[in-house]
Amino acid sequence: MEPLFFFLFAAIAVTSALLLVLFRNPVYSALSLVASFFALAGLFVLLQAYFLAAVQIIVYAGAIMVLFLFVVMLLNLGHPEALEVATGKYRRVAVVLLGAILVAQVGIMASRNLDFAPAPENPEMVMDNIPYIGKLLYTDFLLPFEVASMILLVALIGVMVLVKREKKSE
Amino acid sequence: MVVPLSYYMILSAVLFAIGVTGVLVRRNAIVIFMCIELMLNAVNLLFVAFARQMGSGDGQVFVFFVMAVAAAEVAVGLAIIISLFRNQQTVDVGEINLLKW
Repeated sequence: MEPLFFFLFAAIAVTSALLLVLFRNPVYSALSLVASFFALAGLFVLLQAYFLAAVQIIVYAGAIMVLFLFVVMLLNLGHPEALEVATGKYRRVAVVLLGAILVAQVGIMASRNLDFAPAPENPEMVMDNIPYIGKLLYTDFLLPFEVASMILLVALIGVMVLVKREKKSE
Repeated sequence: MVVPLSYYMILSAVLFAIGVTGVLVRRNAIVIFMCIELMLNAVNLLFVAFARQMGSGDGQVFVFFVMAVAAAEVAVGLAIIISLFRNQQTVDVGEINLLKW
């Protein structure tokens, strides 16, 4: 069963990622990115990272993408003709070059045997995923956890400073 | 049957390359930001795949931190885009040359 779901989610993720790049309208791009996030959440479930699958949907698809859509609507960028009329001179060259690099990458990976024997399954990590991650966060990763909270605080203050309108002082 | 690690590596490489292509090809600053998110997600997938292969939870905790940093980065980036739009009336990166000269 697992390979079937892997290929299903992988196909959804890659297709919607391609659509993200190809759509002219940023609203459609945002929605296809949401589809990609959902497929990745499915892959996280397959990989037994249940907590991250939930966080992926709640934080990424829920919060971050709403922020993106909010900004797209706020700036009134929904009209595709307002943007992307011009295409760069080297656009096609860049696409071909990057496609060639991608094919080479995948070819190198597929030609070598990169798989190694999996470590014995950690039953605690699989069965009690959320308590396990919580314990790790408050023991081994306590300092990074606190630093992450500082980063979020700094981002919060920084955003308010950046977006605040300056008073017109004569 | 379990999906081998290399499948996840190839999928992750494909998603990352699509993200890089998007950043280089698109001109809308917001879509460029979305492509950066896509690249972060490709790396997250690799982290989780390796975490399962190694039987360790450290990779999953790292993904958690990546998500926290991504949330902060998106907030700051979108704030910059909004203030840029206020000053320039555009989010086309081809026309924004404030720091160019």
